[in-house]
Amino acid sequence: MRHIISLLIENEAGGLSRVAGLFSARGYNIESLTVAPTEDSTLSRMTIVTIGSDDVVEQIIKQLNKLIDVIKVLNLSDGDHIEYELMLVKIHVTDKNREVIKHTTDTFSGHIVDTTDISYTIKLTGTTSKLDTFINTIGHSSILETVRTGASGIGRGERTLKV
Amino acid sequence: MELTGAEITIRCLQAEGVDHIFGYPGGAVLFIYDELCKQNKVKHILVRHEQAAVHAADGYARSSRKTGVALVTSGPGVTNAVTGIATAYMDSIPMVIISGQVPTYAIGLDAFQEVDTVGITRPCVKHNFLVKDITELATTIKKAFYIASTGRPGPVLVDIPKDISQQKTEFSYPDSVFMRSYDPIIKVSLEQVKKAAQLILGAKRPMIYAGGGVILSNASTQLINLVQIMGFPCTNTLMGLGGYPATDKFFVGMLGMHGTYEANMAMQDCDVLIAIGARFDDRVIGNPKHFSNNERKIVHIDIDPSSISKRVKVDVPIIGDISDVLDDLIRLLRIDKEKLDLIALRAWWTQINLWRERDCLKYDRASTIIKPQMVIERLYEITKGDAFITSDVGQHQMWAAQFYKFDKPRRWINSGGLGTMGFGLPAAMGVQFVNPGSTVACVTGEASIQMCIQELSTCKQYNLPLKIINLNNRYMGMVRQWQEFFHGNRYAESYMDALPDFVKLAESYGHVGMKIESPGDIESALREAFKLKNRLVFMDFITDQTENVFPMIPGGKGLSEMILV
Repeated sequence: MRHIISLLIENEAGGLSRVAGLFSARGYNIESLTVAPTEDSTLSRMTIVTIGSDDVVEQIIKQLNKLIDVIKVLNLSDGDHIEYELMLVKIHVTDKNREVIKHTTDTFSGHIVDTTDISYTIKLTGTTSKLDTFINTIGHSSILETVRTGASGIGRGERTLKV
Repeated sequence: MELTGAEITIRCLQAEGVDHIFGYPGGAVLFIYDELCKQNKVKHILVRHEQAAVHAADGYARSSRKTGVALVTSGPGVTNAVTGIATAYMDSIPMVIISGQVPTYAIGLDAFQEVDTVGITRPCVKHNFLVKDITELATTIKKAFYIASTGRPGPVLVDIPKDISQQKTEFSYPDSVFMRSYDPIIKVSLEQVKKAAQLILGAKRPMIYAGGGVILSNASTQLINLVQIMGFPCTNTLMGLGGYPATDKFFVGMLGMHGTYEANMAMQDCDVLIAIGARFDDRVIGNPKHFSNNERKIVHIDIDPSSISKRVKVDVPIIGDISDVLDDLIRLLRIDKEKLDLIALRAWWTQINLWRERDCLKYDRASTIIKPQMVIERLYEITKGDAFITSDVGQHQMWAAQFYKFDKPRRWINSGGLGTMGFGLPAAMGVQFVNPGSTVACVTGEASIQMCIQELSTCKQYNLPLKIINLNNRYMGMVRQWQEFFHGNRYAESYMDALPDFVKLAESYGHVGMKIESPGDIESALREAFKLKNRLVFMDFITDQTENVFPMIPGGKGLSEMILV
């Protein structure tokens, strides 16, 4: 099952490698991992998407908590949460597909953020499955490249992860 | 006054009350060594290989309640130390390793003797630090000792670049440190303890399974109280030996792959299992799918939440320091003790005693070739069960664990988790330094001892009167045993050819060597050796090449699938 885990870690050198090393050493799966400092620059926040049984995810959370630099861990999947992923897609455009691409972008609430004679770069946010659907709708053949951030998640309402 | 990083490092060690450190100098730690030799509070022990420095610091820590300290240089100094660090990590031993690093300005440029120490050691330390700012050095060392010795203990490495050890700053050593990300103080949930007490009082076939956590938590007294108040059978893991007195009637022996028949059968057939500071690892319970013959409830007491339900699902987990938890538990159990079903308990003991009659550790005592088990039994008698015994890894380790009856904690020093051959001799050195005047013996084999044999030189330098019991069967015995059982008797590379003359070898290092070839000479030789109070004696016992360790649970099997003699 897919789980989305949020954690706060001291914003120090090597923090990311401690987390990534833990996943590889114990054979846990990482679907995506995002990390950046929070409003408090001494803290980094990570969102990790992983796939595993409930037992495995329980171990992942315990092992993450065991890392000395990790301050707090929350399994967002345990309750209400919001998650977004950002994707930039560069699409090869021709006179034939230009309008269809514009229309599809609008349908998915995306934005064309850059254009050249031969390409559109589209910015799209949403859940991972929405971004997947967009790619499938456009079709792989006209896509020049994509870059995705992986999911960022946050709990709803009073469900906060703070020091 | 401003001090250099090297001076600060030594001052920190002094402030921590460190009396011995084990190490080996090199380019990146020269400033630190220069300061070491200007003082005499912290005594430096020069080993002959960095692996031995860490094992010695490890033995020092295991046999005392102190944190072991090792000092090594950058590059190969650190990579040599890694085996020792991983050994300590697997067995949760409190230790601080100080390593030199190339100067900060050279890091990342493939400098001479540069390795990514923090990267290499990350998976086998509790935590590590690279000190890039001299003003953070003292606090970092304080944190290292704090992290190493609290919670579930473990090794912590501090990597100090050479220029940091040379720079100067004002020195002050903090009395304590606060880390928002690390709080080892756990408040025991009384709710959980109550649930556990209820379950325990309702047990008809209870079993106490206690591991190394009891030793680390210094909770032996509490464990003894618990067992004696309740009258329950108790087993210890390899790491837990000495946590409960082996000569007591409630003790059913070690459990696990080479555990006793009665301990393993009781584990399988109990209805309430009380696991204390143990982690259900593969060498202890075998295949978790084959664990338990019946519906059974498990209480698990451990300081590390990640040990709970890792291999075996438990019913009542209690997180906390074992001493604290057992204090609470014993208090509750005392109140309601009369609820215990004594008739059921008596029947359970009758069953256990039937298993005991199987006499699973029997061996041929009339053999004309030396049986290794007999050497350990005589060693036990001659040292009156009161020696510190270190061991290497293999058959000799299992025989020592089976036949030396440890009645006190911290007397049995072995690499349980990582299974590091070469551990025994350097660990014994550490034990002797922190227990001067005590009898320290290293039970080893001719394969293991050669992995750190160079330390005989260290023993000579510091006049360590260790007694080395070399059970020499001319095979990597445990490898040969597995090949015999599971690989059609094909002894691939397990024969130890071209062995040295250990007597001459010991003598060349300035020690006493003895070769014992007949069962009749075991006792007199041991007596003679232990009379030499101020000498290291290397005793080369020529043992039966065909002897195997029984009982044995083959890998992947369950506890009741033992191979018996």
